[in-house]
Amino acid sequence: MFSRRAVQALRSNAFAAAQNPSIAARTYATTVQSDIFKPTKFGGKYTVTLIPGDGIGAEVSESVKTIFKADNVPVEWEQVDVSGMEAGGKHSEELFRESIASLKRNKLGLKGILHTPVTRSGHQSFNVALRQELDIYASIVLIKNIPGYETRHKNVDLCIIRENTEGEYSGLEHQSVNGVVESLKIITRAKSERIAKFAFSFALANNRRKVTCIHKANIMKLADGLFRNTVRKVGEEYPTIETNDMIVDNASMQCVSRPQQFDVMVMPNLYGGILSNIGAGLVGGPGIVPGCNMGREVAVFEPGCRHVGLDIQGKDQANPTALILSGSMMLRHLGLDEHANRISKAVYDVIAEGKTRTRDMGGSSTTHEFTRAILDQMERSG
Amino acid sequence: MLARSLRAAPAARQCLRQLSRPAFTQQFQCRGYATPQGDKVAKFKGQKGSDGKYTVTLIEGDGIGPEIAQSVKDIYSAANVPIKWEPVDVTPTLKDGKTVIPDEAIDSVTRNYVALKGPLATPVGKGHVSLNLTLRRTFNLFANVRPCKSIAGYKTPYDNVNTVLIRENTEGEYSGIEHVVVDGVVQSIKLITREASERVLRFAFQYAQDVGKPKVRVVHKATIMKMSDGLFLNLARDIAKEYPNVEFDAEMLDNTCLKMVTDPLPYNDKVLVMPNLYGDILSDLCAGLIGGLGLTPSGNIGDECSIFEAVHGSAPDIAGKGLANPTALLLSSIMMLQHMGLTQHASNIEQAIFATLAEGKALTGDLGGKAKTHEYAAAIISKLNA
Repeated sequence: MFSRRAVQALRSNAFAAAQNPSIAARTYATTVQSDIFKPTKFGGKYTVTLIPGDGIGAEVSESVKTIFKADNVPVEWEQVDVSGMEAGGKHSEELFRESIASLKRNKLGLKGILHTPVTRSGHQSFNVALRQELDIYASIVLIKNIPGYETRHKNVDLCIIRENTEGEYSGLEHQSVNGVVESLKIITRAKSERIAKFAFSFALANNRRKVTCIHKANIMKLADGLFRNTVRKVGEEYPTIETNDMIVDNASMQCVSRPQQFDVMVMPNLYGGILSNIGAGLVGGPGIVPGCNMGREVAVFEPGCRHVGLDIQGKDQANPTALILSGSMMLRHLGLDEHANRISKAVYDVIAEGKTRTRDMGGSSTTHEFTRAILDQMERSG
Repeated sequence: MLARSLRAAPAARQCLRQLSRPAFTQQFQCRGYATPQGDKVAKFKGQKGSDGKYTVTLIEGDGIGPEIAQSVKDIYSAANVPIKWEPVDVTPTLKDGKTVIPDEAIDSVTRNYVALKGPLATPVGKGHVSLNLTLRRTFNLFANVRPCKSIAGYKTPYDNVNTVLIRENTEGEYSGIEHVVVDGVVQSIKLITREASERVLRFAFQYAQDVGKPKVRVVHKATIMKMSDGLFLNLARDIAKEYPNVEFDAEMLDNTCLKMVTDPLPYNDKVLVMPNLYGDILSDLCAGLIGGLGLTPSGNIGDECSIFEAVHGSAPDIAGKGLANPTALLLSSIMMLQHMGLTQHASNIEQAIFATLAEGKALTGDLGGKAKTHEYAAAIISKLNA
């Protein structure tokens, strides 16, 4: 039954696209420029949806709130405590709807990660549902060494752009007969083109030189083949940016042996999940990697390497850096560069000084102590 | 329902056909549960010939293949390994629009139950399915075993890596079932079946016991792919009960990627087992940790036959110059010896390889040395225990 519904849904989408090729073409021909939107200010302040998330979410959001407040950032939080912990609860569904409504209203969110249960009876991932619902199609993850924090790899500075709304995360699965399961990966030209354009515009806007398309087109000749060819074709419109492509297994190997060769990387959904985790491993873990999800209407900023951190929940050990830096990315998005720079500089200074670091960075400071150190640093540099 | 409506590629259909023998296997599986420890999955069935030697099919491969195969042969004869090589040619031909390998090659592997294979150049854009895929399908090689061990003497950012990864090799994301729904919309199907999953999982537990690793960890993404990866994960939990001596746990793919890159040491006591795509990516990642594909062996295990191979390319640019590094093929051959039960010969040659690499006097160009392929082989021979 499920499969039939899925197929129907696909078919109807497909028909729509087939019948209106001109509309589709026009829609996607608009560049990312037009996607850049600004939420409006009310009473001198921006309203931002805050979804702390599960695991360490509450602790690290507390840290962000404290820091933003201390810097008098003109942001009003609209907090929604949606949780993915209770499986199938009616309450959590309601909160989930509320968070979607809030994000649609405010067009801007800061978000931790929501837990997803493994059990089949459990709900679909809220994180994925949220991205699909709001069509925040582009995930950006910045992988960069933090000065003063030594890891195995030096001079890493890459950016992972990941398609967020289709691919392996389509959620279309069915059991043909007992013991035989099919899971569908969907790749469309429209969405591939959209993410490719995003990647190239991003590269152009951020003075990056190269875009590498990550794929497995040697095996998935049609699906990944479509993705690769689309990216290549879009790349032709950006002659100043070098375009190349690499097979995902080779890219993973290159990432751990010579990550310095990469600049901007663009890829379908699942590979993005894999490479952003590999990337985070290169520069010091999920606690320090910021990210954001961009759509045409809404932008949601969340830690780039999406870990819930249930194991250290409530222990005051979590590293808030990823969420703070995601927050300062959000401030830049709003044009509040001064606040953004002050906050991120303070974070980098504290880490570089090396006296106050959380456990994941080899220190022994608590989340509170680390936050305190950032506040002191901001005060000192005044 | 959906699967039947698919316009699957012929090769894929062939692969499916091989998998669908439910009536027979149901019984077999029931029996399997009853006597889990008795009959081993993929046990080596070869027998010594009248001269006291096993015959092994040798696919030398393209490019540098013949040179590195020669090193293996030299070292094996110096170490008195009871093996006789039977070289075969696997140049693919198109028969009825399908890529096939010559019958002699198939007969040879079927007869000997085991083969050693050098790198093959995949012809690009000639309508060939890759030869590796053809071999995998012809012999139903369901598990790919990829150990990665740091090589003393070759410095990378990671030390003392010693991981083992087992990858399901016949289905998953690489089922080959894809179609264009309408122009611009493609569906690609990841196929997970109970039969193939159980087989590779059982092999993983057995392999862990054989090589003395106390833990098996399944890597999955069942939060997102609840049914497909969920099936794999649940089967793993069931099968773990048949192996009470092996510790079992599961980990999300994201976490594995992250932790492996941050610090691979905690994986040294584990055998990782996973569906096809994840295995493909993570096995290359592990290879990256220790310095690339030139140093990593691999084994493709099937019910009947097993093929051990070097996974690196055929390097046509340095072919015939005596510059190639035979280490990956040598280490693959060591896995083969272990599979055949020739463990003493395996450890003798292995220690000689590692001693030569650690000493660093006779390294090939890719490891920063100046030695020719045959000089490196000679150095290994000199380090063999008599």
